[in-house]
Parts: sequence; C-alpha cells; structure tokens
Amino acid sequence: MVQTPMSIEELEKMAAVIRCDIISMICTAGAGHPGGALSAADIVTALYFRVMRINPQNPTWSDRDRFILSKGHACPVWYAALAEKGYFDKSHLKTLRRINSLLQGHPDMNKTPGIDMTAGSLGHGLSAGLGMALSGKLRKKDYHVYVIIGDGESQEGSIWEAAMAGAKWKLDNLTAVLDRNHLQNDDCVDDLMPIEPIADKWCAFGWNVVEIDGHNMEAIVEALEAAKLHKGSPTIIIAHTIKGKGVSFMENVCEWHGKAPCQEEADNAIDEIRRFSSE
Amino acid sequence: MSNNHTSSYHYIRPEIITMLNSDDLFNRAEMAPTRASFAQTLLEMGERNPDVVVLDADVSKSIGTNQFAAKFPERSFNFGIAEQNMMAAAAGMATTGLIPFACTYAVFASMRALDMVRNSIHYPCLNVKIAASHSGITPGPDGVTHQGQEDLSIMRAIANSTIIAPADSTTTKLAVWATVEYDGPVYLSLTRDPVPTIFTDDYPFEIGKAITVRDGNDVTIVANRDLVVQALIAADQLSNKGLDVRVIDCHTLKPIDEEIILNAAQETGAIVTAENNVYFGGLGSAVAEVLVENHPIPMKRIGVRDTYAESGPYLDLLKKYGLSSEHIVKAVEEVVERKL
Repeated sequence: MVQTPMSIEELEKMAAVIRCDIISMICTAGAGHPGGALSAADIVTALYFRVMRINPQNPTWSDRDRFILSKGHACPVWYAALAEKGYFDKSHLKTLRRINSLLQGHPDMNKTPGIDMTAGSLGHGLSAGLGMALSGKLRKKDYHVYVIIGDGESQEGSIWEAAMAGAKWKLDNLTAVLDRNHLQNDDCVDDLMPIEPIADKWCAFGWNVVEIDGHNMEAIVEALEAAKLHKGSPTIIIAHTIKGKGVSFMENVCEWHGKAPCQEEADNAIDEIRRFSSE
Repeated sequence: MSNNHTSSYHYIRPEIITMLNSDDLFNRAEMAPTRASFAQTLLEMGERNPDVVVLDADVSKSIGTNQFAAKFPERSFNFGIAEQNMMAAAAGMATTGLIPFACTYAVFASMRALDMVRNSIHYPCLNVKIAASHSGITPGPDGVTHQGQEDLSIMRAIANSTIIAPADSTTTKLAVWATVEYDGPVYLSLTRDPVPTIFTDDYPFEIGKAITVRDGNDVTIVANRDLVVQALIAADQLSNKGLDVRVIDCHTLKPIDEEIILNAAQETGAIVTAENNVYFGGLGSAVAEVLVENHPIPMKRIGVRDTYAESGPYLDLLKKYGLSSEHIVKAVEEVVERKL
C-alpha cells in the first residue's frame, strides 16, 4: 500500500500531534523520558511520514527500510509515530509501561508491531543497524537502515566500534542521526563527558557528516533524502536539537530527561504544542 | 583385574575403550581441539546453507574460521577486536533471516560482550549462534585472562539461552549441524586444547538429550565437554575396584535433560558431576537443581573451585585444579560411601 508522502507543512502538524501523544502517554504512565522523545520528534516524523519505504499493514516486509531508536528510552516518540502511522491502534498508547502492554518501557521487537530492533541498553542500536545494512549488501536488497543515537550515548565505546566498521564496509545503506540535544541523565553532556569535536570525530572515522537544525523539517527531510543517495560511506546527520522541544518548561532542563509530567503540566504542555502548531 | 567385559559402552570408539586403562591415552588417541572440528563443519554448512555467515573478532586464525573467510569471503565479516559490535551486528543480521555464527573466545563472548549477548540476542531471542572457543581452563598456556572458566554459569543465567558443550570432534560436528537447524540463540562451547576423539559417527546427537555412554548401576558420573573422557577413565579405574559406574555425556547444559538424570538417580542412587568450569552455576548446579526438587540423593561436584587457575600444560592444570580422572575417582568413592 503506497501512501502519499506528506508535505513539509503536514509533517510539522504531524510532529505536533506526536509531541502531544508523547506528553499524554508519559503522563498517563506516570513515568518515562519526555525530554529525549521530544527532541527526536521531528526526525522520527520525517522518517515515518515521508522518507522511509514501509508498510504498516506488513510490518515485517523484508524489503522495508529499517529504523532503530538506539536511545531506546525515548521510545514514546517511536510508539506515537507507529500508532499515528497505523501499525497498531492508538488506544494502546494509554497502556505504556503497564502490565500486559504492547508498549514496554524500552522497545521490544517481539511485543510491538513495527519495532525493528529491541533497544534500551545504550550503544547497541548502531551495531544492530550495521548488521542489517551488511545483510542488505550481501543479499543485494535496496532497503536503507536508519538509526537514531543520542549524544550521551556517544560516550559508549561500542558506538565507535560501529563507527569504524560502518566505514570499513562502506555502508552507504546506513544512516545514523545524532540527536544532539546536549543533555543526559545526570548533567550537560559537554560538562559530564565532552564529546566534541563530534563532527570531526565522525569525519575522521570515515563517515559522510551533515549538520542540520534538528527541528527544521525542511532541513531534516533534505538531509535524510540526500543521505539515501550518498555513495561509498555511511552518513551521520548531526541534528542540533533542544531537549524537551515544544514544551517551554521542559526545554533544556535536565530534570525532564526521565520525569513524567503531572496532569496539569501535561495539559499546559499540550496546549502550548497545539497553540504553536496552529500559528 | 578389569571387569570391562561386564560393562557396555555406547558410541565410544573401540580403540578408545582399549586405551582407557593406559597412562598415555592422550598420546595414543586421535587428538583434536573441538574448535577445529567446528571450523571444518562450518565450511560444510557454508556450502549447504547460503544464510550461514561467519563473524570474527580477530581470532579467526586461532578458531580456524579463516578457512570459511577464504572460501566464502562475501559471507565472512571480521570485526576486529570489537566483540560488542560483533554481537549486536550479529543480532541485526539475524533479524533479516541470516544465520550468523559470532566467533570469539569464551571470556569475550560471555563477559566482554555480555550486555549485547543478553539484551540484543537473547532478550529478542534472535537466531545468533555464538561459538566460544577457549572454554574452561583449556587454553592452558594462555593463563587466566583467556581461560573461560565461568562462561557456562553466566550463560545459563540468561533466559532463552541454549548451551552446548560437546566432548569431542565427532559431537562438535553434530552439534554444529543441530545448531543450524535450531531456530534461536545457541552458545557453543569449544576447547582450545586438543582432546581425544572418543565418539563414533553414529552418535545420536539431539539438543537437550544427554546420552548414556557407559552403562553402570552403582553410581553415575554426569560430565560435559572435555571432562567426559576423564569420566570414562575414572569409570574404568573404578571398575577395577568393583564399582559399576554409569557415565552420561551431558553435551547440552541447557535445557538440561532431566529425564536421564532422574533415571540415573533412581537406578544408581548417587551422582558425581564433572565439568571444566567453576563448580557453581554450571553442570553441577543444573544437576543438583534437578535432584533436589525431585529425587535428592548423595552427590558431589567436580569443577574449578572458587579460584583462578594459571598458565600451564592442559593435563597438568586438570590435575592441579581438581579436574582429572583421579579427582573424579575420589569423588565417586566418597559419594558411594554416602549412599543410603
């Protein structure tokens, strides 16, 4: 089933819907990670509603593009996108983190339709995506693999093992997106364990490096489409983002990494997202 | 006086049976490290099954998987010294229907990369085969950092794991075949040091089905991997002392074959386990768990005590760290004393 790709304006509206879903599902669950879900919302929206070749009616289609949210704690953004895309009924969003739910606290590929790889322990997803990309090359499949990694996650050594390997095997069917939101659980990334100069690092590891504003939908779509066409090396899109983006009291506040909003905070947040979206 | 004629062996090569009472079985028998049989069998699998791919981490020359790389370069991936990346990449490959064999040493497979092995392979139950050479204190001369003496215990604690520790080249070959047929993660434990090829080609290998390789009614030794031959030597010595010892090759550590253990418990009344692995969490624990909940009987465990070994020749290490046939003989005599 082919769905018409969304326009930039439609994507921006969908990103707002997904942000509202994130807030209400984490509020209902009473626990979760809103900050990093909101920072990745525009990128995930662009992937699911414009860039990726997927079929929600056939989530295990062997020729589909793959997506891995390596920073698995941000999974409310993934669940919201999958639900809005039709992989499962939106009513499941209310069950996040509950017993018997499809929607685990961190992504489980065997429980949730559309989840291409289990994630949660950091520093796994880029390697798993690399394995999918190697398999695509071996079997001459033309699917593309997208992996979102975090900037805090980039402190994991295994990220750099995967970086070396991606360049060695010239995996131009693999695109990483770095959600560069500058905050991790304990503190600012740049204070806790600096990762800069991050673009130079990826360059030195042999990747095609692109830097964008991770909240500019046009730039996101353009970078993702260009990455698909790039040949000879994997691409990393360094997406400069704001943790908690769209909810002013969450933006750039470390505490919202892993805290659920109460009902009043959630109502205010959703009001603000909707107001901004309709402007 | 030997009373071998009264005991019956199953699937043991005839020449091995004649050597069990000689001091130099390890000099006279056909010897091979099980990693070599693994690597050889992978070549056959490569021919037969285009989905089989091999992942290495800079020890392909040691394990012998460089032969697969030479024959099937497009299906061979050397990740360098990066076991974590190799394991998670294997998981990614398995999601697409490939059958990856991720090959490294036991210490690295079960500890360096354990987070990937647990969260990216076993939790989603992906069809990754982990080939772990240098299990137990078999890489004798390499010393402690390369001796995987706890990998079997660690892997047994991981849900969805299937663990196979074959005793020789024959059963290693059969285990590789069974592993490819099986859908799900398998941990295959291999030796660095040469061990005698003790089994015949008609060995009926099935994952989860242990095999009685020597009949006996007084006491049972349940052994795996390289201590199966030590158990057979011990049983032969004990027969000279009038004890009729059953020996079970428990090649699959998980799932453990409860039926064969309970039958042995009921029929022989005492059990000794023998493993080249720490004596907690592995075969001894698995057998004890079966017995204590169903049919408690006197039992003793042979295994590496709460210690690290050292560099040294394989057989010398077995003797010094309590894993040789002499130790098994002593344990059997003690356990028989305690029989009700």
